[in-house]
Amino acid sequence: MTAAAAFFYLFASITVASGFMVIASRNPVASVLFLILAFVNAAGLFVLMGAEFLAMILVVVYVGAVAVLFLFVVMMLDVDFAELRQGFQQYLPVGALIGAIFLVELLLVVGSWSIDPGLVQAPLGNVASAENLTNAQALGRVIYTDYAYFFQLAGLILLVAMIGAIVLTLRDRPGVKRQNIAVQNARTQAMAVETRKVPSRQGVEV
Amino acid sequence: MTTVHSVLPSLAPLLPELILGVGVLLLILYGAWRGDRSAETVSIGALALLLVALSVVISQPVHGRITTLSGAFVSDSFSKVMKSLVLLGSAATILLAHDFFKRERIDRFEFPVLIVLCTIGMMVMVSANDLIALYLGLELQSLAAYVIAAFHRDDIKSTEAGLKYFVLGALSSGMLLYGASLIYGFTGTVSFPGIVSALNANAGLGIVLGIVFVAAGVCFKMSAVPFHMWTPDVYEGSPTPVTAFFATAPKMAAVSMTVRVFIGALPDVTAVWQQIFIFVSVVSMALGSFAAIGQSSIKRLMAYSSIANIGYALIGLACGSEEGISGLVTYMIIYLAMTLGSFAIILSLRRRNVMFEKIEDLSGLSRTHPWLAFCLAAMMFSLAGIPPLAGFFAKFYVFAAAIKAGLVTLAVIGVVTSVVGAYYYLRVVRIMYFDEPKEPYEAMAPGLRVVLALSSVVVVLFFLLPGPLVGAAGRAARSLF
Repeated sequence: MTAAAAFFYLFASITVASGFMVIASRNPVASVLFLILAFVNAAGLFVLMGAEFLAMILVVVYVGAVAVLFLFVVMMLDVDFAELRQGFQQYLPVGALIGAIFLVELLLVVGSWSIDPGLVQAPLGNVASAENLTNAQALGRVIYTDYAYFFQLAGLILLVAMIGAIVLTLRDRPGVKRQNIAVQNARTQAMAVETRKVPSRQGVEV
Repeated sequence: MTTVHSVLPSLAPLLPELILGVGVLLLILYGAWRGDRSAETVSIGALALLLVALSVVISQPVHGRITTLSGAFVSDSFSKVMKSLVLLGSAATILLAHDFFKRERIDRFEFPVLIVLCTIGMMVMVSANDLIALYLGLELQSLAAYVIAAFHRDDIKSTEAGLKYFVLGALSSGMLLYGASLIYGFTGTVSFPGIVSALNANAGLGIVLGIVFVAAGVCFKMSAVPFHMWTPDVYEGSPTPVTAFFATAPKMAAVSMTVRVFIGALPDVTAVWQQIFIFVSVVSMALGSFAAIGQSSIKRLMAYSSIANIGYALIGLACGSEEGISGLVTYMIIYLAMTLGSFAIILSLRRRNVMFEKIEDLSGLSRTHPWLAFCLAAMMFSLAGIPPLAGFFAKFYVFAAAIKAGLVTLAVIGVVTSVVGAYYYLRVVRIMYFDEPKEPYEAMAPGLRVVLALSSVVVVLFFLLPGPLVGAAGRAARSLF
């Protein structure tokens, strides 16, 4: 067994196990931590495939931002998870029925679909191109040429998200003290400091 | 290093979108600089941008199909007609909204900006020639729509409308995306012409599953039954000009997107999706007609009316033929005029700064405001499909196409449900003309007058000169086949 295969089985089994623990764990904080573990191991799988850019993005975006956001929400909101599970027994039959229908549909689809034998023979194939480009270079080449349109559209969508967040949440609150750096910098010694003679045993008016 | 493209793709077909995109950025900068005092100027600027884009769309010469940007963007007669409708709907919304927002004291410059951004999304949907462009356009449109539904953020109903629309919209986007990923997985391409050649006129089970999910996603965006549940609540809760917007421009875009996917990418597997749209069309017409009977709010009435109208329009798609699409486009043109006219009247029911939204508030309108009552009666007769008004011709063309395509039952069901629908449209007319009058309403704002006058002219005088509109619809349909 080569080292790559050994690492594949290591990462894959930890991903599956921690994926299971995400839903099995009783403590929501532990669930999120297992989710992070699953993400990190999935990133390891990407590295094995030669998709180092995806691996780093997975760590930065999902572990660094999304999972931490989950963690914050779970810790800051006082969600009673025991209460949320109250209806579990009640909804179980319906849920199981829908789940079974989807399972049958998926099996039918998979049954009607054969995997290309070329793919089966190279399960750990390297996705990097023959030109020896790094992932980031290969992505950069298409993202600013063939996919420039999509890239710009995605930018507009983010702009809408930003405007939307401001429109719906920003409120003018009267009486809030704000730092005004220009005024601070423009202060001279004469404006800030006052020198007074203090007569003995009398003090001064402040 | 030979694969790097040094040549810029042709941007000429993209000119209207570019004008809107650059213009909206300038408007945002101006608005951010001037603050909320700029609402009026930004509104005028946005209106001017939309009209400039409209004139560019109309004056652009069309030579068959032009694709650009690596085949993601297509420009043809169909996109020309549908983009004009989208731009007209958006421009009318800004006209309708201006006075309303000012009186409700929520006139902020972000509203016209979001309308223009939403319009860019809709134009991308209309011109989409692959699944990624389609999805990005849809998200741009939907995200802006969620925000403007909740634009009256201190009003609990508006907030509820925005939240409901957002949650259900995200769900439907997920379904659409899942279906798109199945289609991509089983064909290996996202471009519509690529899908046509990869399928080679036979659809496996995976493709069928993908088509079903995509159909569910687009039906939600068109508010067709059984994915209509959000419509009455969102229409009722949103500020009324926003409701007018939802009932017009995004409908045009959603219908064009559906046509692009099903006629553009899946034309050889019509048998698979035809049954879906026959079913959706029948249940939309039936539910829209029957559920509207018990409504007392005009906005909810218009919501059910729009559901029923989408049902009639989808008859054209269910035909899958050139006549069907031509009927569909004609239907959308006339539907736009009827809906904008109706909302212009709904928005003028204001007395001492209170808006009235109940059907009974219309009682005796014929004696207090004879012209208003006449126009609303024309809109209602037209929506009911009574000749010689435009609504009759809209229905006539789709029913004729259905009969030609052998879908006689569908046409018969359509006629029966329009008779049912006529009941509640005519009830509005009865209340206006035969009930006791109430206090008169305030005078109409100038923006409302413009929209009402234009749409009334189209609805009432369509039968004198149907040629240009029907001809444009015919050319649009021909460019797809």
